[in-house]
Amino acid sequence: MPAMPERLTRDDVAQVARLARLRLDDTELDRFTAQLADILAHATDMAALDLAGVAPTAHPYPLGNVLRDDAVVAGLERDEVLAAAPVAESGQFRVPPVIGEAP
Amino acid sequence: MTSAADTARAVRAGERRATDVLDEALAAIEARDAELHAFNLVTADAARAAAEAVDRAVAAGNDPGPLAGVPVALKDNLCTRGIPTTCSSRILDGWRPPYDATVVARLAAAGAVAVGKTNLDEFAMGSSTENSAFGPTRNPLDPTKVPGGSSGGSAAAVAAGYVPLSLGSDTGGSIRQPAALCGVVGVKPTYGRVSRLGLVAFASSLDQIGPFARTVEDAALLLEVISGHDPGDSTSIPESAPALRQHLADGVAGLRVGLVREFLGDGIAPDVRARVHQAAEALAAAGASVTEVSVPAAAYGLSAYYVIAPAEASSNLARYDGVRFGLRVDASTTPEMYELTRTQGFGDEVKRRIMLGTYALSAGYYDAYYGTAQRVRTLILRDFEAAYREVDLLLSPTSPTTAFAFGDKTADPMAMYMNDVCTIPSNLSGHPAVSVPFGVGDDGMPVGVQVLAPALDEVTMFRAAAVLEAAAPAAGPASGGGAG
Repeated sequence: MPAMPERLTRDDVAQVARLARLRLDDTELDRFTAQLADILAHATDMAALDLAGVAPTAHPYPLGNVLRDDAVVAGLERDEVLAAAPVAESGQFRVPPVIGEAP
Repeated sequence: MTSAADTARAVRAGERRATDVLDEALAAIEARDAELHAFNLVTADAARAAAEAVDRAVAAGNDPGPLAGVPVALKDNLCTRGIPTTCSSRILDGWRPPYDATVVARLAAAGAVAVGKTNLDEFAMGSSTENSAFGPTRNPLDPTKVPGGSSGGSAAAVAAGYVPLSLGSDTGGSIRQPAALCGVVGVKPTYGRVSRLGLVAFASSLDQIGPFARTVEDAALLLEVISGHDPGDSTSIPESAPALRQHLADGVAGLRVGLVREFLGDGIAPDVRARVHQAAEALAAAGASVTEVSVPAAAYGLSAYYVIAPAEASSNLARYDGVRFGLRVDASTTPEMYELTRTQGFGDEVKRRIMLGTYALSAGYYDAYYGTAQRVRTLILRDFEAAYREVDLLLSPTSPTTAFAFGDKTADPMAMYMNDVCTIPSNLSGHPAVSVPFGVGDDGMPVGVQVLAPALDEVTMFRAAAVLEAAAPAAGPASGGGAG
């Protein structure tokens, strides 16, 4: 089994927050670093177990590929779905510019 | 209050009107819910329309179904078409789902009357409802105490006597722990027994919808209605609903019950332990043979869970980005809009779990954390299966303590997570479990005992639950223990 990494650092948390699209101020970064490090430290007790040759379980009740009958069924109403969007236009979701300046 | 079974019988027979039953429920909510805050939203108009339809069906000589006219509360992470579904999060502000969860449709088809959406820890992450963006729910038995969580609103709605039935979801104990703390019955069915279509996902391989009720019979009735295969959920087990009620009086004579050694240690309060031993004696008195058994890997359940559940949550909650539903915080670019929306929309516990999961799944740590946790999950399944070769059912506490005070555990996430130490292993294994009220602790608050069963054996589990319900001691201190 791979060794558990060293205790989580403030830089690790800053990087993870970026990946998860969350913005943390300095106080939050300190608090979350301590809390997340504690939780991960608790998880290191699993290192005591002999897991050689043990297969991972992703799902408690294995089912094979699940396919429905190939029949036409109604989907969701487009207008009802778009009505839930913060901004919709011409039957589509509208977002701010993805790259660079607005057109 | 009248049981769901009796209410449905009376409504089907034309002896009571569904609209009158609903009026009583709404009056009870009106009288006390400003204090308790079990509900995020009461849907009185929709409920009245549903109750009137039930009454019309009865008047026309039709059978509205096994839950005819029974008021039911829905945890606010179950999608209801056209009715706000918040998950007690700001990030779903204003969202009205375009479809009903399968369980919501099944309730309606059975004649039940949905009265509203109940409070929860944000996205079902928590054990006290203190993580709700809309403020906590109070325990109806002592409003200075938490109701447990995450389905605290659904537990409180039943414990307060507003409604005889409610639905919750259980990812690590979120039905069973609040049921224990509020003194009601709470069931986590076998994973895949109840369709998850329309349950807002937290950790998809662990989440399961289940009932709260005041009686074991009512919980069985509700579980029969919501169970069964759903082609809309690819993890739904292709089995028909179990016939639970016809076996409730079968008793436990000849059954083998194992007390789980790992769940009776120092981490469990002495008054709770005393009640569990008393429950074991009650089962023995009813003819079961009770032994102590070991499920060694279950002791690592909490560690595995707090890698697996956040990993799945970080993936599931990536969809909340301000594009398709709920909150959007405007910004000049899309990436900035994502970040502002998520930062303002999620509370601290949700952020913690998203970050924990993102970390556990990131390059370099995936094998060490996620891979390890998935292998521990295999060991937990194996150890349960080994135990079930020796015994038919397992018995344990539901929660290590009775209900605690607001603020007691909010500063230390690990202390809060410890609440679920006895319930988490069943989510990892997918096996069913039920919490049954069994007397009170030294503080006079309810104690729940947990009966665990092999996959798909809810029938045997409910037989033991019925015996425990009948044997449950009246109020009185537990520490003397063992008086049976």
